[in-house]
Amino acid sequence: MKATLALADGRIFRGRGFGAEGKIGGEVVFNTSLTGYQEILTDPSYDGQIVVMTYPEIGNVGINREDVEAARPFVRGFVVKEYWNRPSNWRSERSLGDYMCEHGIVGIEWLDTRALVRHIRDHGAQQAIMATGEVDEAALVHEAAMRPSLVGQDLASGVSTAKPYRWIGGTWALDRGFVEGAGDGPLVAAFDYGLKLNIARSLAARGCRVVVVPAGTSAADVRALGVDGLFLSNGPGDPDAVRGAVEVVGELAREMPTFGICLGHQILALALGARTFKMKFGHHGGNQPVMDLRSGEVAITSQNHGFAVDPDSLPHDVQVTHVNLNDRTVEGLAHRELPVFSVQYHPEASPGPHDAEPLFQRFLDSMQTRSSGGNERSLRVCSDRNLPEAS
Amino acid sequence: MPKREDIKSILIVGAGPIVIGQACEFDYSGTQACKALKEEGYKVILVNSNPATIMTDPEFADRTYIEPMTAETLAAIIEAERPDALLPTMGGQTALNLTLEVAAAGVLDKFGVQLIGANIEAIKKAEDRNLFKAAMARIGIDLPRSGYVGSMEEGRTVVADLGLPVIIRPSRTLGGMGANIAKTEEEYERYLQWALELSPIHEVLVEESIEGWKEFELEVMRDRKDNVVIICSIENFDALGVHTGDSITVAPAQTLTDKEYQIMRDASLAIIREIGVDTGGSNIQFAVDPRNGRMVVIEMNPRVSRSSALASKATGFPIAKIAAKLAVGFTLDEVRNDITRETPASFEPTIDYVVTKIPRFTFEKFKGAEDKLTSQMRSVGEAMAIGRTFKESLQKAMRSLETGSYGFESPEEVPEAEFELKISSANSQRLWYLAEAFRRGYSVEKLYELSRIDPWFLTNIEQIVEMEKELADYGGLLGGLGALPGSDLRLAKQWGFADRRLATLLRTSEAAVRERRIKDGITPVYKMVDTCAAEFVAYTPYLYSTYEEEDEAPPSGRKKIVILGGGPNRIGQGIEFDYCCVHAAFALKEAGYETIMVNCNPETVSTDYDTSDRLYFEPLTLEDVLAIVRRERPVGVIVQFGGQTPLKLAKALEAEGVPIIGTPPDAIDRAEDRERFVEVLNGLALAQPPSGTARTVAQAEDVARRLGLPVLVRPSYVLGGRAMEIVHEFEHLRRYMQNAIKSSPEHPVLIDKFLDHATEVDVDAISDGKSVVIAGIMEHIEQAGVHSGDSACSLPAWSLSQELQDEIRRQTVAMARELGVCGLMNVQFAVVGEKIYVLEVNPRASRTVPFVSKAIAVPLAKLAARAMAGESLESLGFTEERIPAYTSVKEAVFPFLKFPGVDTLLGPEMKSTGEVMGIDRRFGLAFAKAEEAAGNRLPDGGTALVSVRPEDRERIGRVARRLAEAGMKLIATTGTAEYLGSLGLDCAQVNKVYEGSPHTVDAIRGGHVQLVIHTVGDAKSVQDSFSMRRAALETATPYFTTIAGAAAAAEGMLLRTDGGVRVTALQDFHAGKWN
Repeated sequence: MKATLALADGRIFRGRGFGAEGKIGGEVVFNTSLTGYQEILTDPSYDGQIVVMTYPEIGNVGINREDVEAARPFVRGFVVKEYWNRPSNWRSERSLGDYMCEHGIVGIEWLDTRALVRHIRDHGAQQAIMATGEVDEAALVHEAAMRPSLVGQDLASGVSTAKPYRWIGGTWALDRGFVEGAGDGPLVAAFDYGLKLNIARSLAARGCRVVVVPAGTSAADVRALGVDGLFLSNGPGDPDAVRGAVEVVGELAREMPTFGICLGHQILALALGARTFKMKFGHHGGNQPVMDLRSGEVAITSQNHGFAVDPDSLPHDVQVTHVNLNDRTVEGLAHRELPVFSVQYHPEASPGPHDAEPLFQRFLDSMQTRSSGGNERSLRVCSDRNLPEAS
Repeated sequence: MPKREDIKSILIVGAGPIVIGQACEFDYSGTQACKALKEEGYKVILVNSNPATIMTDPEFADRTYIEPMTAETLAAIIEAERPDALLPTMGGQTALNLTLEVAAAGVLDKFGVQLIGANIEAIKKAEDRNLFKAAMARIGIDLPRSGYVGSMEEGRTVVADLGLPVIIRPSRTLGGMGANIAKTEEEYERYLQWALELSPIHEVLVEESIEGWKEFELEVMRDRKDNVVIICSIENFDALGVHTGDSITVAPAQTLTDKEYQIMRDASLAIIREIGVDTGGSNIQFAVDPRNGRMVVIEMNPRVSRSSALASKATGFPIAKIAAKLAVGFTLDEVRNDITRETPASFEPTIDYVVTKIPRFTFEKFKGAEDKLTSQMRSVGEAMAIGRTFKESLQKAMRSLETGSYGFESPEEVPEAEFELKISSANSQRLWYLAEAFRRGYSVEKLYELSRIDPWFLTNIEQIVEMEKELADYGGLLGGLGALPGSDLRLAKQWGFADRRLATLLRTSEAAVRERRIKDGITPVYKMVDTCAAEFVAYTPYLYSTYEEEDEAPPSGRKKIVILGGGPNRIGQGIEFDYCCVHAAFALKEAGYETIMVNCNPETVSTDYDTSDRLYFEPLTLEDVLAIVRRERPVGVIVQFGGQTPLKLAKALEAEGVPIIGTPPDAIDRAEDRERFVEVLNGLALAQPPSGTARTVAQAEDVARRLGLPVLVRPSYVLGGRAMEIVHEFEHLRRYMQNAIKSSPEHPVLIDKFLDHATEVDVDAISDGKSVVIAGIMEHIEQAGVHSGDSACSLPAWSLSQELQDEIRRQTVAMARELGVCGLMNVQFAVVGEKIYVLEVNPRASRTVPFVSKAIAVPLAKLAARAMAGESLESLGFTEERIPAYTSVKEAVFPFLKFPGVDTLLGPEMKSTGEVMGIDRRFGLAFAKAEEAAGNRLPDGGTALVSVRPEDRERIGRVARRLAEAGMKLIATTGTAEYLGSLGLDCAQVNKVYEGSPHTVDAIRGGHVQLVIHTVGDAKSVQDSFSMRRAALETATPYFTTIAGAAAAAEGMLLRTDGGVRVTALQDFHAGKWN
């Protein structure tokens, strides 16, 4: 079946449909990862977006029940050079197209994805409409142009969990799969702005007791849990639009060790008084070099963001700890006095390299106390065997 | 960290001659290293015995030693040059081994030379099986499980734990004797018993068999601050059991999820750290059990490799160049990515296309060698192709191979019973048999079961076969090309179908397909290899074609010249031609042209993105070249530098209106077409050996009777000595004719009088179309009849009279003028007494161009390229022959050890894979050096075994006497011994093999012989002495099968006086000249 991708600036790409049929809209971004399309599809940070994979052969390894970052996919439209419906991998359970059909994700293949990527690179990420079947292309362009930009959109609240829950699952291993078990380490409240489960797994694997709380949770409710530390998750949309969270974090970060990733990093920066801005096309991939300015070490990192922190807006008590070596954008911040830090990239990887994993240990080390907790025990328990419902 | 200031001079060890397993990828890496280090201001000292390399051109290093690659020589160079540091990781296994040897001998300590790149401990840890195993255990990385056993009981315990199948390897047997795979208990008991008996220490390694697992490779780099990045992942199409050099490989990995890939990445980081490769690149190979994902590490190479060359070309990330920079202290973040300019080298390339490499084999050259792929590498070259999908890159790679395939043609018919064997047992044709199997209705599941090739790859082939069927339907009932919808044609092109293959399927001509395609606007666009999947702007036009929307590299309006490369290496066409192409690119860039390279060989310097202004990594077929020429509109295309590959395209290109510069295609044709060439020679009153043609056995016999035996026979349609034989008997002639008629009834067989005992002479000359200058006269050591590529030769000539040489010069110039040569020309002469015969003329760059260039200190290919672009030799400053005061000898290197059961006797069909050069003040010394460099070090004493045919006796007398003078004891077979005895030489007698033990082979295998000289005549004597030649080969005893070769050896041994090693830099021989 024919499929069409129409960009807001009038550029049209024609290809063949796969996955679900229909029409969807979203911001088009490209991802340069060679592997990990399943993790990408299920990353809540992609809510409201159409993802173009730069690697041309997609679907090769199918879909399995383990490689998920949430209970359902969030990507709305998926753009690939060649979709592969006969997967080959020992863990594969079904085809990608089948999975996309089930979840209403519209796919398009056999278009010049490299031309599309170059267009986005030169003209910036933009809104687009994807539709299958016969379409009026001009109308699609018009519709795309009418769509609001991501600037000013609070998408995080929309994908956050409705209710708090405990997470007790560890990370995946080849010979064991996912291991469950509650640790007796520090109690962490993890704000879910669109949390990738591998963050929860990474914390739990290091012994943390993890309570995932909704984006709109008040400072008082967090305090009531008696936690040792605060974690701020990744998520979609404009950080500046999540004003409630910025205020809550502004309070809590001065009270306890705090660690933020991606959107969480941006929210923390805003809470500490900095500004954020929308990038031309962002960073989406698994090969971004980040230098730790204190040690000079370079980590190859997994990234997925369209907004960034403006380094000139940082207050005196906050320092830039990490920069991206490709474009010198801010990749990490730390408060000069408080045990509060954040990174723009994804130490939980999934997909991507594991170079930045030690950051979780740094967070653990920053939490000196061991609260006895107790208030979290009544909460629902989730793990990979019992995934939290995605909203 | 900035570069190190504590070192000023660096010694780079090259890889020596091209052999199977070590090819021109090490010229690529070494050249990059030389350039990178010179750029940083270091004094670079280079040792490499291979003259055909770019890196041994005198401008690439400050001091260049074309000397034998031995520890002794290396030590002498270190003593002479006193380098501060030695970089051992650029020259393959040869360089690592040599470095270990000189380190063990204390040379590095004695002269205070530091190793950079990799230290001794790291090299040992990676190379020594046990140390490697222990290192992997320390970091918890899985290896194939194994255990040493000393008895049958122990064996039973071990196998109970490992489970069958297992590999059984007896300890300390020669050449892996007694190794077996046991699949059943019965086999296990039998093989183990045998292995225990074979092992001199009754010890056997029993190892879990991972044959049939999936194989992957990762290319890893590390800097001195411990930053590690992965440059590329590679997945092998062939399952484990086939050497990775012989496997079809694909980049990036296709069938791993991110979780699985990251396990491999983590392991690679841990391994490079644990092994302790301080800086630079390493290659790590993994196997994955397709049933459960279990991953084991197979091996690690702590150096750049064939795979790293492939990874560099596949991603645009120049591993060797960066490795060289890291070795002198830079860190990855301090090195810029040349392609994007803005971003640093501390990242992991990502690609938005698929790369496929297919190895090229030459089993047909080695009678008796079985086309079966195993863990020992046998391929001699490779072709790589880039496409946006696997199908496109696979089909492009297939036609890049230049084996006459343009896609999935039906392979040779085999009996039904053997068909599945063609799939279950890896061989060079398996790819085509897989497609054939799909045509016969086999399923992916069944073929997976047979081949263990991942279903993902198989399904791709299945889909191509399905599309072929649909296309063939149009070729049949549906109305042909005209009826084929444009959208289908477009999709076929997107899947990589060649016009020529489409023409076959659609039953039309290639030209018709192309015309239709162009009419419909179905033409390729070109995309860049940019290391980053278009995330950043790329500045280096490294391009590949595909059938998509956007062309991102519109041609410039400059004056440009296209250079067509040589394609995959093969016996007869290798690195020498790449050398010429690279020179053309350099020279024409200097002359102000935009240079455009087209080639598909990933091992080469020509496919480095900074060799020319634009690089098209594309197959060298008419279709692909035309597409490039049509868009670029060059003022000229050079076809005479890349060997036969581009030459074969010359006529067709010219017919399409492509401006071929240099010698016109018609002149090439006059030299190549037998009848036209006879006219040329007759016109000039030059002689050719008497000859005739025959289409039947009777005709052949008539011709042979007229000419007199022996005769040289060859089919008229092949090049490079293929199927050429010397025939001494009528019976042999009849057999040859019957086969020739059967395999190709439409072509006549050419029969030449074979000039026995003739001296062969190779002449290279250069012309600007007006004046002709002789570049070099090379006198062969072996007599005519041995392919010129396999024969050793000397420049200047070592025995020809001045008069003969002058006559050869006169004839060469006359032919160059008559043909209108512009550029390079090579002539082969045979000299019998005072009579000169012209054997052939090749109006193109020859294999000897780099050798001659280095011998006479003139960059011939550069001058030729500029002459072809219209400059005169006079303006280029090359107007007369330059005869050096020293002698250079070229010697060939052969792959016989890799082909058990193959005879080592040389003949008219070329068999060598590479060459070495020896330079010294006198012929004998230069010859001795060349022999040593080729791995046949002439003995300092001991016993020479002599066995020659009766007609050679007279000539061996003098040689034997000189050997005796050089201190050799002589033993000889009956007839020869009697003759030598009659000359008063002290000579013991030894039995021929058929005369019974103890015989010649016993003497050789027993280590009682240090030099073998023997010549053979008829087929029977060839057969009788086969075991003797193999024995000499396998015991690494130098052997000569021609009197001339033996004479040269004797000369060398006599002259080699004090025994001390003398080394001289090329720059000193040249006295600084190179123009």
